[in-house]
Amino acid sequence: MKDSKLILDERGMAMVLSRMAYEILERNAAHEDLVLVGIRTRGVFLAQRLQALLNQIDQLDVPLGILDITLYRDDLSHGTHHPVLQKTEISFSLDDKIVILVDDVLYTGRTVRSAMDGLMDFGRPQAIQLLVLVDRGHRELPIMPDYVGKHVPSSPDHQVRVRMREEDNHDSVTVSYAARRQVD
Amino acid sequence: MKKRIFPWKDLLAIKRLHEEDITLILDTAESFKEISRRPIKKVPTLRGQTIINLFYEPSTRTRSSFEIAAKRLSADTINISASTSSAVKGETLLDTVKNLQAMAPDIIVIRHGCVGAPHLIAGQVDARVVNAGDGANEHPSQALLDLLTIREHKKVFAGLRVAIIGDIAHSRVARSNMHALTILGAEVRVCSPPTMLPLNMNGFPGVKVCASPEEAIEGVDVIMMLRIQLERQDHTLFPSINEYARRYGLNRSRVSLASNDVIIMHPGPMNRGVEITSEVADGKHSVILDQVENGVAVRMAILYLLGDKSE
Repeated sequence: MKDSKLILDERGMAMVLSRMAYEILERNAAHEDLVLVGIRTRGVFLAQRLQALLNQIDQLDVPLGILDITLYRDDLSHGTHHPVLQKTEISFSLDDKIVILVDDVLYTGRTVRSAMDGLMDFGRPQAIQLLVLVDRGHRELPIMPDYVGKHVPSSPDHQVRVRMREEDNHDSVTVSYAARRQVD
Repeated sequence: MKKRIFPWKDLLAIKRLHEEDITLILDTAESFKEISRRPIKKVPTLRGQTIINLFYEPSTRTRSSFEIAAKRLSADTINISASTSSAVKGETLLDTVKNLQAMAPDIIVIRHGCVGAPHLIAGQVDARVVNAGDGANEHPSQALLDLLTIREHKKVFAGLRVAIIGDIAHSRVARSNMHALTILGAEVRVCSPPTMLPLNMNGFPGVKVCASPEEAIEGVDVIMMLRIQLERQDHTLFPSINEYARRYGLNRSRVSLASNDVIIMHPGPMNRGVEITSEVADGKHSVILDQVENGVAVRMAILYLLGDKSE
């Protein structure tokens, strides 16, 4: 991979997550209503780390759900391959909860749109707030994050890669030039 | 360009599938199970797709299970049964299907009394075709839901000992299961009255024919009982129902020959007191109601995988 630029290293990612955990607490007075929902795959790891941070900071036990957005994608009926379906695990009702929806990269906004449709099938939350590790711009839908780890101005030709030790052996965010446009 | 994850146009027979196809369907079904426990049991995945359930033989379980599966995926469904279709006016199957094709369905689920009817149709239409039972040949979705139930309890298939007991010759469930379990590496034993054994068991290499239910059940991990199709055979294949129950029926003492954590399955509808006693059917080893629950998830998985319209 040529021209790969490091945006966040392990320490940087930890600091950013810690800051966002405090922001969640600062912004929401009713801590008991908070729930975290991570979007597969890396959104889940981020949500798990935030869950641990919220526990460290304020001894909170915030429930954690896992969402697979496959069934809600907007391209399934438009000739896109049906991806392998993975499990959604939200074992609690979202009625009247403040849902912190967690994903690694915010780009077109289509994943988040699918995720919100999915969340609504689990109840009627008081609010949904969006937390992303990286916002790289280029929205195709009117979606705005509430918590951003790092703004990464990019062109559509760039590839933003998030690696997390749960899946990739180490933590990092890099930007590189990709010959082909990234899908999401 | 990437390929479809499920490489087949239709689901006609287990016999043609590979181990990875079966595993993909089971994994997908496992992910679908959760939807049936949600407050809103519906996802938008097959929105705009039309699914025709074409049933030339009676069915409650399979037809309603396919219908629920389609509805939970937001597909539009039409149910046609032989008694209400133009078949009673003498229209041939092919003509019926060609007319249905003109309505541009995306998936046709068909049950027919003739072996190969779904295969015949699959060659004639653009729609994906799912075999929901063809004569005494195959019933793939039933075998797949049986496999999902087994996997939930036993985790792996390799080396698993499975006994299938009853009317093997007339059973499409038995045929699909014998193929599936063999593909997945299980050890399959069958037992039935000699008059109810398929004439040619050579088509099932690796399946062991046992002379008595005791021999078949000895030490097994799974017992699958088959329904005696009372409506299909009058009294020619065995002397009496009582004798059948005595010699082949599953009761407590036969269950005790199996492994301690044996699971007992039945595709339904059961003849209580004939092929299985009520005590066993409702007992702690029975997973018969799990099978029904898994039926919806497996059929959602089949429709999801076949509903992929990419080339």
